[in-house]
Amino acid sequence: MIEKIREKMTGRNRKLMMIGVMIVGYIACVFLAEGNLLNRQMKSLIVPLGINIILAVSLNITTGFLGELSLGHAGFMAIGAYTGAIFTKYVTWLSPFPAFLIAILLGGVMAAIFGVLIGMPVLRLKGDYLAIVTLAFGEIIRSVINAMDVTGGAKGLSKIPTYTTYTWVYLVIIVTIVVARRLLHSRQGRAIVSIRENTIAAEAMGVQVTRYKILAFAIAAFFAGMAGVLYAHNFSILKPDTFDYNKSIDILVFVVLGGMGSIKGSVIAATVLTILPEVLRSADDLRKLLYALALIVIMVYKSGNGKEMISRLLKKKEAV
Amino acid sequence: MESVIEQIINGLRTGSIYALIALGYTMVYGIAKMINFAHGDIIMVGAYSLYVFISLLHIPVILSILLSILVCALLGITMEKVAYKPLRNAPPLAVLITAIGMSFLLQSLALLIFKANPIPFKSIIKLAPVKIGSITIAGISIITFLVTTLIMIFLTLFIRYTKAGRAMRAVSEDRQAAELMGIDVNRTISMVFAIGSALGAVAGILYVCQYQTLQPTLGALPGIKAFVAAVFGGIGSVPGAMLGGILLGVIESISKAYISSELADAIVFSVLVLVLLLKPSGLLGKNRIEKV
Repeated sequence: MIEKIREKMTGRNRKLMMIGVMIVGYIACVFLAEGNLLNRQMKSLIVPLGINIILAVSLNITTGFLGELSLGHAGFMAIGAYTGAIFTKYVTWLSPFPAFLIAILLGGVMAAIFGVLIGMPVLRLKGDYLAIVTLAFGEIIRSVINAMDVTGGAKGLSKIPTYTTYTWVYLVIIVTIVVARRLLHSRQGRAIVSIRENTIAAEAMGVQVTRYKILAFAIAAFFAGMAGVLYAHNFSILKPDTFDYNKSIDILVFVVLGGMGSIKGSVIAATVLTILPEVLRSADDLRKLLYALALIVIMVYKSGNGKEMISRLLKKKEAV
Repeated sequence: MESVIEQIINGLRTGSIYALIALGYTMVYGIAKMINFAHGDIIMVGAYSLYVFISLLHIPVILSILLSILVCALLGITMEKVAYKPLRNAPPLAVLITAIGMSFLLQSLALLIFKANPIPFKSIIKLAPVKIGSITIAGISIITFLVTTLIMIFLTLFIRYTKAGRAMRAVSEDRQAAELMGIDVNRTISMVFAIGSALGAVAGILYVCQYQTLQPTLGALPGIKAFVAAVFGGIGSVPGAMLGGILLGVIESISKAYISSELADAIVFSVLVLVLLLKPSGLLGKNRIEKV
């Protein structure tokens, strides 16, 4: 049934439906948030949930599409968060709407600039080395923020205006998802995916590996930066320690659990993993443990001999 | 002048610990071609097991040290068998994510068992400081230098002259060929993990004697820094890990004292970035040729 509808809808119809879904989704969100359906605890989760979705989808661009592990995603988020927060704190003569819009864009652009700067040296590396260097950059960003005056050092920034609303978060989520989807099906996106599948073959086919790696890095950093701005204007306080290596791993868990390369998966995993620990209050201590087990089990099962091991355990003999 | 020398001695002490940890990274990388991200947390396990054996079970010091080393070696072997062995032919991304998962697993287990509050621990090294001229060298520094130097000499001899050491070198050179020559590859890999983790335990013991507190995350930062050291010296190279560790310790200690203590970490990580940009194979590493 659904397949048939999908087949019928081509081109414009499909676009219209997507827009319809977005609007319905927005109304549903507002209804949930403003109505009395949710308790306060759940309401306070909506914004962090949205931020996590943006982070997960953006990390998916580097880890899922490009196939390179980035362990410094929280660093880009930090750059965006501090840029946006410093902007709105010092530019008080602008009214909230333009100020916040500029802050979001500025945070994203700043993070993207750093994405390019970091991307350029990192690109010569791949696999393990690349992952470690992104980790190192994440830590460098954090300790530089810690040492600077304008960022408030280790004490952090406080009294950031709380501009983040459900609407803003929803808008940024939509933009992130749409861009990620469009990217995947574009010429550039196919080039990026070809690098993941086989770098040497892609290079032989004329794909400019370096350029597309930088592109993927910059786009992912841009959205992480925007998520950072939303984060800063939600809690009104920023501390450098929030953006440590553990935060980057948390985002990575969303991406891995949702399935690398799947945007839908990232959204679902970010949603479930943000809400679940809050619902299962007693299991809060176990959150990290569960994340860790999830990473290991998924990897061993998916890409290793895990499947064989389990089927052998179940004594299912597969025909070769 | 004295203060510079004292800073260098401090740097050598931390650097020796880094070197011990870096050896674990480099040996495992050489043989299994993977970065064992959980290696930093083995240090934490070593430190905690020492605490359990000495402070909770009141076992004599020497025996406790040996037991801690044994615990870590067994943990290393188990980790390899459970998590890494099924992924031996998997893409590097999958292996790396599994290793990160392993690191998180160890940290969160420690968090569940020992809670997040730092536990004070009294150093087991009670050696009076030595004065040479106007320079004082702490007892812990002397012990650290002695232990690391001895371990490095033994390890070099072991790798160079014993049958097991030769097997390790053969497997890291060409796994398939080594297997054809009758080397038990699985056993060799297990042994490397055991030795690497045992060195990690020694590093953990020295580390906890120096800082005298225990936290579930204590291994993470030295672990990453030791990795930087391993890359600095040339990953896969045993003398490289020693050199890289000691140099990195001195760089860190000097920048902490004379540049900025907040920026010291940033400087250490910049070393990694610079090394990878200028000479990706590290100081003593071999150049790798990429094959299709």
